[in-house]
Amino acid sequence: MKGDRIFGLVMMVVALGYLLSASTVETSFLSDPVGPRVFPYIIGALVMICALVMVLRPDPDVDWPGPAMVMTLGAALLALVLYALTIKPLGFILPTMLASGFLSWQISRRPAQAAIAGAGLGIGLYILFKTVLGLGLHGLPRFLMG
Amino acid sequence: MDILSNLALGFSIALTPWTLMLAVIGAFVGTIIGALPGLGPSNGVALLIPISFSMGLDAISALVLLTSVYYGAMYGGRISSILLNIPGDEPAVMTTLDGYPMAKQGFASDALVISGVASFVGAFLATIALMLMAPLLAQVAFKFGPAEYFALYMLAFCTLGGIGANNQAKSAMAAAIGLGIAMIGLDKTTGMTRFTFGNLHLNDGIDFLVAIVGLFAVAEVFHFIESHGKDSAIGVKLGKITVNWAKMWSTRWAMLRGTVIGFAAGVLPGAGASLGSFLAYMGEKAIARDPESFGKGNPRGVAAPEAGNNAAAGGALVPMLTLGVPGSGTTAVLLALLLTLNITPGPLLFTDRPEVVWGLIAALLIANIVLLVMNVPMVKIFVHILSVPSAILLPGVTMIAFVGIYSLTGSSFDMLMMIGFGVMGYVFRKLDIPTVPVILGILLGNAMEDNLRRAMVLSDGDWTYLFSSPIAVGLWLAAALGFVAPMFLRGVLKRPPVPATDSYDSD
Repeated sequence: MKGDRIFGLVMMVVALGYLLSASTVETSFLSDPVGPRVFPYIIGALVMICALVMVLRPDPDVDWPGPAMVMTLGAALLALVLYALTIKPLGFILPTMLASGFLSWQISRRPAQAAIAGAGLGIGLYILFKTVLGLGLHGLPRFLMG
Repeated sequence: MDILSNLALGFSIALTPWTLMLAVIGAFVGTIIGALPGLGPSNGVALLIPISFSMGLDAISALVLLTSVYYGAMYGGRISSILLNIPGDEPAVMTTLDGYPMAKQGFASDALVISGVASFVGAFLATIALMLMAPLLAQVAFKFGPAEYFALYMLAFCTLGGIGANNQAKSAMAAAIGLGIAMIGLDKTTGMTRFTFGNLHLNDGIDFLVAIVGLFAVAEVFHFIESHGKDSAIGVKLGKITVNWAKMWSTRWAMLRGTVIGFAAGVLPGAGASLGSFLAYMGEKAIARDPESFGKGNPRGVAAPEAGNNAAAGGALVPMLTLGVPGSGTTAVLLALLLTLNITPGPLLFTDRPEVVWGLIAALLIANIVLLVMNVPMVKIFVHILSVPSAILLPGVTMIAFVGIYSLTGSSFDMLMMIGFGVMGYVFRKLDIPTVPVILGILLGNAMEDNLRRAMVLSDGDWTYLFSSPIAVGLWLAAALGFVAPMFLRGVLKRPPVPATDSYDSD
């Protein structure tokens, strides 16, 4: 119930923003009969209608995760964001060890196993991607590579 | 004769040692992907596209590799269905119904052999049917103008949304969101930017690979973390693999019926393998003289859905190759692959680049034979891989997703966007909003708008032009029917109760 209603309302706002943004798209005098605005208008209107249906006739609610699980998922999300930001400056191996070790710990809650999984994945995947598949990856931080 | 000479061309390309090796590797990796709960054909192929692209494979090699993965995943899904009662992917759900009871009664080896052979029969016959049917459909597709293509895209969205979802509003919303995302970036006709908000990263639009890997693979990570511990099903011991010829022969008609039903379901835009295996199972049960034995370990209940889902995988390639309209989540991913390789599917593909089409078909036939060998005598290898703990497997899969996008684009912005799509996929699944229409929208959005605008140029702004030809009207009617009919059929086509599971694949 609540989930669908909230999502519907959010999407109505998004659709409104989308429609407003579409109305500011510049057309050039070379344009065709339809122009670059009409199709986005149709899409925005469709989202608006569907969102309205979701608000008026919501499905029964699903099990949302409890606070502890939200924290866990949030931590996993944070780990992935940090991984995305550090893989370039710090090279592949170190961030991969940390991120995969952390995810492994979140699933199994066994620190020793997670540490081994992280270390193994960091090095193993590097060898797989760099040597076997030949992708252009930096293994170590830039400042160590010279 | 035409077909035979084309096939000879295909085999001359596909029978090189290099291509054969790729087919074997793809089939092996695909079977593993299919067997692992949580990874299925669509997210498996999605994960591998960026990597195979960064490896610099040429078009045919990449196609052979990834379609082998696709077929392999369709074979592999049954392994965990039978041994663990956890479907390896969504199309393998029906296989748990009779496969797991068979395994519990000590017939695990029979169930694996019969389902393996059924997979082969389904996939092999479907590939031959694809070979016969695709050129015919390509001939019809030559008559399509922009109005017909626009109607065809509508048909794909409507049937996909109608059959695939429980709530039409939600699937329509998903499709619209995908189309909306496709609009981001430069408008080809006027050269103006749309919805970029001044961010230069967005000028080229959002790479569909980023969206696909995010929605299919990264979302799976969040889902898996949430559901961990629930997959503690106790596996069934597997003894020596022996072939019980008599039992297998008794399922021959079930395999053939499953193949026909599955192939038909696969050709329909928007239906795909899950529907194919579902209909094959229900059909087999409906005509059986002993329907009460289904669900208790009837070998025909294993043979029919496995033949059905593999035949559907082949059938789904027909609309994808001839019209550029995918029939399922996985073929949407394969369409993404073709677009990445700069191959535009459609009728012209058959005349302009026959080596791609026929090389692919020959490779599929070869991959099927490889898969039969891997999945019947060598099935034990994959059973061992199933025992890899998820605490190692899942982080590995996540890192592969990141490496793929990173080596493709080299930008942190794209990786962050992929995480964003992952969160979106997680929330959508919670709300029971399908993600496949989003992918389809992103993939087809620009072509759909383009065809609409070209149609309007042709008719000088007259919107009735969209309904002006018999083909277009037929497509519009089919689209309306495909969207509305499932609302009424939902009661009839109620799925039988399936074991609680946390594996999921949006096919």
